[in-house]
Amino acid sequence: MKRLVFLIMAIMLHGIFLMASSSTAATDAQEMENGKHGDLPRFLVPSAASQENFPCSRCHNFRTADRTKRKLTAYHRNIELKHAEDQRWCYDCHEGDQLRLQNGKLVAFTESYVLCGQCHGTIYRDWKAGIHGKRSGEWDGDKLYRVCANCHDPHKPRFRAIEPKQPPMKPSDIKDR
Amino acid sequence: MEENGRRRNPLGLKLPRRTFIKGALLGLGSAALLPGQAGAAWEAFLQKNFREMSDAEVRAVIARLEKEAAGEWGKEIKIDASKAKPGVKFGYGLDLSRCIGCRKCVYACTEENNQSRTPQIHWITVLRFAKGEKWLDLENSEKYYNPKEVPEEGFFYLPVQCQQCENPPCVKVCPTKATWKEPDGIVVIDYNWCIGCRYCMAACPYGARRFNWARPGIKAEEINPDTHYLGNRPRYKGVVEKCTFCVQRTRAGKYPACVEVCPVGARKFGNLLDPESEIRYLIKNKRVFRLKEDLNTEPKFFYFFAT
Amino acid sequence: MIIVFLKALKRVFQGDVRYYAWVAFLLTVIGFGVSAYLRQADQGLIVTAMRDQVSWGFYIANFTFLVGVAAAAVLLVIPAYLYNFKPIKEIVLFGEMLAIAAVVMCILFVVIDMGQPLRVWHLLPLVGTMNFPSSLLVWDVIVLNGYLLINVLLVLYALARLAAGKEYKLALGLPLILLSIPWAISIHTVTAFLYNGLSARPFWNASILAPRFLASAFCSGPAIMLILLQVIRKLTRVEIDNRAIFKIAELVAYTMGINLFLLGAEVFKEFYSGSVHAAPLEYLYFGLHGKAQLVPWMWTALAFNVSAFFIFLIPRWRENLLLLNIGAILIFVGVYIEKGLGLIVPGFIPDALGEIYEYWPSATEGMIAAGIWALGALLYTIMIKFSVPIYTGELLKKPARG
Repeated sequence: MKRLVFLIMAIMLHGIFLMASSSTAATDAQEMENGKHGDLPRFLVPSAASQENFPCSRCHNFRTADRTKRKLTAYHRNIELKHAEDQRWCYDCHEGDQLRLQNGKLVAFTESYVLCGQCHGTIYRDWKAGIHGKRSGEWDGDKLYRVCANCHDPHKPRFRAIEPKQPPMKPSDIKDR
Repeated sequence: MEENGRRRNPLGLKLPRRTFIKGALLGLGSAALLPGQAGAAWEAFLQKNFREMSDAEVRAVIARLEKEAAGEWGKEIKIDASKAKPGVKFGYGLDLSRCIGCRKCVYACTEENNQSRTPQIHWITVLRFAKGEKWLDLENSEKYYNPKEVPEEGFFYLPVQCQQCENPPCVKVCPTKATWKEPDGIVVIDYNWCIGCRYCMAACPYGARRFNWARPGIKAEEINPDTHYLGNRPRYKGVVEKCTFCVQRTRAGKYPACVEVCPVGARKFGNLLDPESEIRYLIKNKRVFRLKEDLNTEPKFFYFFAT
Repeated sequence: MIIVFLKALKRVFQGDVRYYAWVAFLLTVIGFGVSAYLRQADQGLIVTAMRDQVSWGFYIANFTFLVGVAAAAVLLVIPAYLYNFKPIKEIVLFGEMLAIAAVVMCILFVVIDMGQPLRVWHLLPLVGTMNFPSSLLVWDVIVLNGYLLINVLLVLYALARLAAGKEYKLALGLPLILLSIPWAISIHTVTAFLYNGLSARPFWNASILAPRFLASAFCSGPAIMLILLQVIRKLTRVEIDNRAIFKIAELVAYTMGINLFLLGAEVFKEFYSGSVHAAPLEYLYFGLHGKAQLVPWMWTALAFNVSAFFIFLIPRWRENLLLLNIGAILIFVGVYIEKGLGLIVPGFIPDALGEIYEYWPSATEGMIAAGIWALGALLYTIMIKFSVPIYTGELLKKPARG
């Protein structure tokens, strides 16, 4: 009887160990696959993918993909591509309802930063550490991070120039009553 | 006596006396006018230096100040007196490769910190420098730039505010200890203790301090009611003020207003004593510099270029 | 002695038409100053031309100049007591009274410059939180008030002895007198250090500042004294030996020479080295980025000082009373410019972030400053009116009339 109990316990323990090691192995693999290094921010403000065109599969399931690089005339005319447009075009990043990395892996729109991080590695590293991008939230608690597309239009990322706020008054213009 | 009286010029004798009385009345009259600036109550006049007050005294003073402010500004405000958290020393990072000189930080700060609109007070100054061979040519910098759009080609922008020095020259010279460095590194001012001598303003190498040359002019609807005794509570004519790293926000765990409003994420903030903080990361991984380092003021405001 | 004092007090209210006219004039100016100050107390310091960029101006400029004048009374004390130069010994009293009036003016200039003058008690030890020894301003408060006290005691002691018909003996007064010499030097050194210690202002952060302060003080104070002594000699029965006046003039020549040398040293250092820190001096003498408001004033001050130097240097010239008085006025104006606005304003131009705000005092500032000068003059006038009868011994004689 005692031997049976020991055997069952040993099998259970072994099983537990196996599970534990395999799950770490799984997450490690996942981390490597998604290009994650170190901690990712916990609180992300997700970017909305273009509402009118999402999910893409609504149309693209009923079309055959023409992967020739060209200027689109029928649809998506409002999207001006000014982002490494000599080297890339739509199908280099988009694959249906997901985004495609260089190594062929697909990521969801909510993890678009992994895609951006492929080329913009130094910025990706800075962003994860919290020194790239708009800062808000709590400095000693729930820091709020934004995904890249929250601020940068992925198709035309260069910021427009904006009107500055008023300059300060000159001291000679500050008068008494 | 009478002989002397005949020799004296009667008009001349009366005149000094009359003028003396006039002067005395003026003096008394002015004494009646002065209380406006020192606070009506005797209590206000006798209020101690903040650092010498017990917690109970602080609470009593705050109750009085809240009442005074409600009467003065026409709005109910809350004054907090939260202390510095242990193990915290605030540091600030400014990414010069990102700042576009839009001045949103300047105005977010004035709104958050109840700065006087008339006369105008800005705690943050944004300087524009021409890109070129000369680095930080302050004499040729421009504070009053007003183009149609920013950033402008060929220029970069450098915002300056209180650097919260570890070795602050302003604290050294204050004759009444009305300004001091708090344990979390913020240099603060007790607005009810400052005598308005402006020695600290002469001593500051960064032009960070501002003086209330007149009674602050703020509309009631523009007042931010969440204030801190050492930070953004409404101030008085004749006292000095400056950036306090939004002590009312940062001691509650939030980012300063300027950090939050910056549209391009040029501003970074955190706890220098936390090795995992973003401020420590950028000091370690980006080459940081501080203004006028040769003066050994040890500012906690670090400028860097992320790219 | 009390009777003598009371008689002297009565004398303050007696005088001829010129006296009353003078006092009435001073009281009028004081009245204007008071009304201007009421406006400032009501609206705040915005009625001045000072702003964040130039946060100290005309008031502190006057303060700085007058601390020098106060300190210079000691220049009379040194030859009088240390060298027992009798002609000067007799007139030390009038120098000490000038020191009292000057220190009172200094204190007034500082108080009206404060944003919250009623809070001045915050500076005191025990009841306030005095930042000693860190803040030089606190040192200045201590030494200035101490100097005032020393001079008041010395004057009262001298008058008390004179009122009793005795010569003022050194025995009791000597310790105070000996104390007053280093104390006088220290008040001006502390004031110089107040500016000197600010690394934020390179124009002031020069080691030469304290020596320059002393040199300019020791020529401007005695210059005023020279004029005042002649006025006293003319209007009262006090006899002042010309030798005393010429000796003072000789000392002024040397101190002005040192003052000019130190200016030259500063000019060499800044312009030869040619660093960015030369900007304030460039602003003063040549203008900076087109802003040149003080340039004519500085060159005028230089011309005045150099001319005065030669007047006082050459014995034949300084012993000509007309030239002497012209020289004294030239020095007064020259040093007033150089040490007043010519010292304070360039500390803030360019400001810490490179901005140039050209400061010029507003009308209100001018009126308040004039009011304080008038008050100082009135104080000195009253002190003279009070002390001269005691000094000349008139009041000791029993009055012939009833």
